[in-house]
Amino acid sequence: MPKITFIIDQENTQTIEVASGLTVMEGAVQNDIPGIDADCGGGMACATCHVYVTEEWFNKMPKKEDGEEDMLDMAFEPKKNSRLSCQIIVSDELDGLTVNIPSKQG
Amino acid sequence: MIKTDTLIIGAGPVGLFCVHQLGIIGLKCEVVDNLDKIGGQCIELYPDKPIYDIPAVPECTGEELTNNLIEQIKAFKTNFHLNERVEELKKVDKKWFIKTNKGTEFEASSIIIAAGVGSFEPRKFPTKEIEKYEGKQIFYSVKDKKIFKDKSVTIFGGGDSALDWAIELANIAKVILVHRRDDFRGMQASIDKLNELKEEGKIEVYTKYQLDSVKGNNKIENINIKHDDESMKEIKTDYVLGFFGLIMKLGPIAEWGLNLDKKTIPVNTEGFETNKEGIFAIGDICSYPGKLKLILSGFHEGALAARGCFKYAKPDEKYRFEFTTSSKVVKDRLGVKE
Repeated sequence: MPKITFIIDQENTQTIEVASGLTVMEGAVQNDIPGIDADCGGGMACATCHVYVTEEWFNKMPKKEDGEEDMLDMAFEPKKNSRLSCQIIVSDELDGLTVNIPSKQG
Repeated sequence: MIKTDTLIIGAGPVGLFCVHQLGIIGLKCEVVDNLDKIGGQCIELYPDKPIYDIPAVPECTGEELTNNLIEQIKAFKTNFHLNERVEELKKVDKKWFIKTNKGTEFEASSIIIAAGVGSFEPRKFPTKEIEKYEGKQIFYSVKDKKIFKDKSVTIFGGGDSALDWAIELANIAKVILVHRRDDFRGMQASIDKLNELKEEGKIEVYTKYQLDSVKGNNKIENINIKHDDESMKEIKTDYVLGFFGLIMKLGPIAEWGLNLDKKTIPVNTEGFETNKEGIFAIGDICSYPGKLKLILSGFHEGALAARGCFKYAKPDEKYRFEFTTSSKVVKDRLGVKE
C-alpha cells in the first residue's frame, strides 16, 4: 500500500499506509492524523483539510481543478504549494508522498 | 420566555425536515440558527451546486432543496430565530431552559441538535497580533458603511463579498483590494466592474499578495503585504476588511456536558438521543457505527429523534404511529384539504 507522510509540526511526523483510491484526507481522518479537520467530509466546500505538498511532489501530482483553487482562497495561510487533501487521490505513483499540515485550519 | 415542545438547533436540511416530523406527530418546535438565513451548509456553502442523492429527486441545488423543505413545513408556521447562537442550557425538573447570545430564552421538554459541524463564523486573518484591532479597525463584515466615508479601506479576498464591498465602498472611500492570486472567483459582472474601476483609478488592486503584518501602537497606521516572491509593500490604511468565507466552529455545544468524539456527538441509533436525557443529535453532528454524512441519513435520524421527543412532551400520552397517506389527524396538521 502507498505510504503517505504527514509532517505535523517540527517534532512530529507520522507515516501511514493508505489504500489506493482513497483520498489523502480520508487516510488522515481514518488514522487520526491531527490537524486535518475535513469539516465538509470531502465535498471541496470548506478548506479544512488544507495541506502543503512538498515541492518535488507538488509538480508530480494531477493539477488542481478550478473549484479547488477557489476554496484555497479561504484556507488558513495558503501558499503556492497548497492543496486540499480531499482532492488528492492516493495511487502507487504517490507512494512516499509527503505533506505538511498547516498550524491550524481556520 | 418562549415555551415549546422541542428546540431545534440548526436550520439546515436535517433540522428543517425534523420540523416536519415533529409537526406531523403534533409537537411544536422553535428553530435557532447562527446564520442569517435558513438552509445551513446547503445555502452557505453550495446554493448553486447540484445534489444528486436525495431520494426521488434526481437533481436539485442546495437552494432548491432548502426552498422545498421550507414549503413542506409551511403548515406548521414555525418560528425561526436567525442570527442567534444557543449559548447556555440547563435542566430544571424535567424541562430544559435555553438561552441564546441575543438573550432569547426558551423552555422546552427536549432539544434536537442538528448543527452540522457547528455554527458558521467568519474566517479570520492568520496574523495573531491583529486580534486587538478587531471591531475597531479590522472587520469581517460591514454593519455600518458610513464609518468608511472618506477613509482608506484595504479589502482582502477574491470572492463576491470582497468584490461587492470593494465596488460599493469605492463610491465613498479610497479602496485598496488585495488578493492572493490573479484570478477572482466572484461573479463575472463584478470582476468586469472591478477592472473598470481599476482603470479609472478608483480602486487599487494588488494580486499575489497576502497580509503580513500591521504597524501602529493602539491604532493601525500601516499594513505590510507580502508578495508570492517574498517582496513587501507598505500600505497606509484606516480600516482593513477580510472576506475569506465562513468556517464552522462547534462553539458552546462543547460546553454542555455532552459526550464528544472529535467534533461529533455520539448517539444511540434507536432514538438518536445523546448521553443527556432529552437532548438528541441528528445530521452531520451525530456519530454512531456506520454513520454516513448524507442528507438522506439526516432525514431518517430526524424522524426517529422526533418520535423520541414525544414522550418528553406528552408523558401521559401514548405515541401511535400513523401514515400521512391515511391519517386524518396528520392531514389536518399538514393543512391538507380534501
